[in-house]
Amino acid sequence: MKKLDRYGYLFIAPFWVVFLTFSIYPVFLTLYYSFTNYTGSPGEEIVGFANYTRLLTDTYFIEAFFNTIKIWGVNFALQMGMALLLALLFSDLRLKLKGLNFFRSFFYLPNLITISSVALLFGILLDWQHGSLNMVLMKIGLISNPIDWLAEPVTAQLSVSLILTWMWFGHSFIIVMAGVSGISTDYFEAAHIDGANRWQMFTKVTLPLLKPILLYIMITSLIGGLQLFDLPMLITDGIGSPDGSLNTMVLYLYNQAFKYNNYGYASAVAYGLFLITLIFSAIVFKGMFRNERATQKKGA
Amino acid sequence: MEQNAETRRMLPDSEAQPKRKEDRPLKVVPPKKQKSKHRVVRGLIYASLVILAIICFIPFLMMIINATRTNGEVISGFTLIPGNALLDNYATLSEYINIWTGFKNSLIISVSVTVLSGYFSALTAYGFTFYNFKGKNAMFIFMLVMMMVPAQLGLIGFYEISKTLGILDTFIPLIVPAIATPFTVFFIRQYTQATLHISLIEAARIDGASELRIFHTIALPMMMPAIATMSIFTFIGSWNNYLMPLVLLFSPEKYTLPVLMGFLKGSQVAENLGALYLGIAISVVPIMIAFLFLSKYIVSSISAGAVKE
Repeated sequence: MKKLDRYGYLFIAPFWVVFLTFSIYPVFLTLYYSFTNYTGSPGEEIVGFANYTRLLTDTYFIEAFFNTIKIWGVNFALQMGMALLLALLFSDLRLKLKGLNFFRSFFYLPNLITISSVALLFGILLDWQHGSLNMVLMKIGLISNPIDWLAEPVTAQLSVSLILTWMWFGHSFIIVMAGVSGISTDYFEAAHIDGANRWQMFTKVTLPLLKPILLYIMITSLIGGLQLFDLPMLITDGIGSPDGSLNTMVLYLYNQAFKYNNYGYASAVAYGLFLITLIFSAIVFKGMFRNERATQKKGA
Repeated sequence: MEQNAETRRMLPDSEAQPKRKEDRPLKVVPPKKQKSKHRVVRGLIYASLVILAIICFIPFLMMIINATRTNGEVISGFTLIPGNALLDNYATLSEYINIWTGFKNSLIISVSVTVLSGYFSALTAYGFTFYNFKGKNAMFIFMLVMMMVPAQLGLIGFYEISKTLGILDTFIPLIVPAIATPFTVFFIRQYTQATLHISLIEAARIDGASELRIFHTIALPMMMPAIATMSIFTFIGSWNNYLMPLVLLFSPEKYTLPVLMGFLKGSQVAENLGALYLGIAISVVPIMIAFLFLSKYIVSSISAGAVKE
């Protein structure tokens, strides 16, 4: 048996060769570059923490950070609100709604489409003069003059948030629904016997039991959201117009590295982004954990 | 209190008939009225769900219809009636880009990535599950930790190592790294631990089968459900990947579909909206058709991915 165990190395060897070459080594190489002034041609010099001190005072990066958070935050609030509401409706024992599979497929559809196609599609749908959205809105009579959605920072950010919501609420809904159907109906019946109304059932039974699933959605959405890149890049000019309002952190990283050849600085941006992701994930975990302890105390 | 008692008394037949709003005394409301109100609420909910489904679908409908109309027609307004400029639009589009090449490239990359990721993740998961070698736990934990690291962190280093290896502007850096997909390894390992018992493997060993043969003939087929689940995500993720091919590919004839779409935006095709819509439609419609057949499977895979954590 002991002899056979050596086969284990054989089985995991291909994984580790590729993993070390294409995942681990690049991460450390990037770390090294972040301490240099590398511009794509050999002969870089070590510059110590210069890139990082620049990062901390770089208004473009700080702006990119807040843009990313704003766009993600609005999208996440809407997306989760819709996912929870829909899951609540479909799991309601009294309503007994039908067609779950049908609706679920429709709601998920936008998530399947290549994001660059989505960006291109909405880029022309939202067009000021010739976009179908303005035409439809004017036909219905909701607006009298065409709105230039992608020219004002506020509407541009809101547009991206709404497109992201449109893309992702179906995905979140499917996961929340899976979580809700995993909850034993005994809990709901017990709450029902105790005279709980719909709202109480939702806040006292459904939400606490859904916490692991919600945490999963929040963390994955947050990590994905902080890496927001293709949609803001492709929906306007690729450098974050209008007024830098669509400049996100990864877009900034991409432009610094592959447009301006500031590989050294871009590497520091990558590590800055990584630190921010870590801090936010830790806050989410801690927040969830603290709530849990608080409810336990209340219950005791 | 009183209401509680009442509800409790009601309970035995509450399963047979639709449940009533519990914050209202049951005797006061005649059942008929309650029923019709219930019907109105349900009707309203269905109506909003249908509207939501339409909102999800309408951009695609606009796209398909506009793809059949001339630039002038698209500019002049939106209707639900298709035009007859589909072939002209296709001719305009083909003048500037070959969208089917992009399609082929995307397909080659995504299929290779899915197959490699599925096979090697299963292999790795098997190694981690059924052998006790030195450093196994440390390696597994290290893999899990690295799973948390976003891909962008190593982007510049990844570009540099591809440059050093001379594989820039080829499909290799887009395909080969799929051999190491930590999350898929993790998922398949969890599945294997729960479904595949070591006694089965030991029995095969007694029969004289080699270790690799046991993996291929016994373990791999049993891991198939988990592999299939992850394959859907691997395929969609690879098909939609924009950043990596954008950074690694330079020759237009090697562009994948998403990169080609980005390229389309800056090209002269963008001056003819009908042709531009057609380009987007060609990139989108096949996925929609595939989804039509696979939607149930995809939905259950998403649920499984989240709940089995």
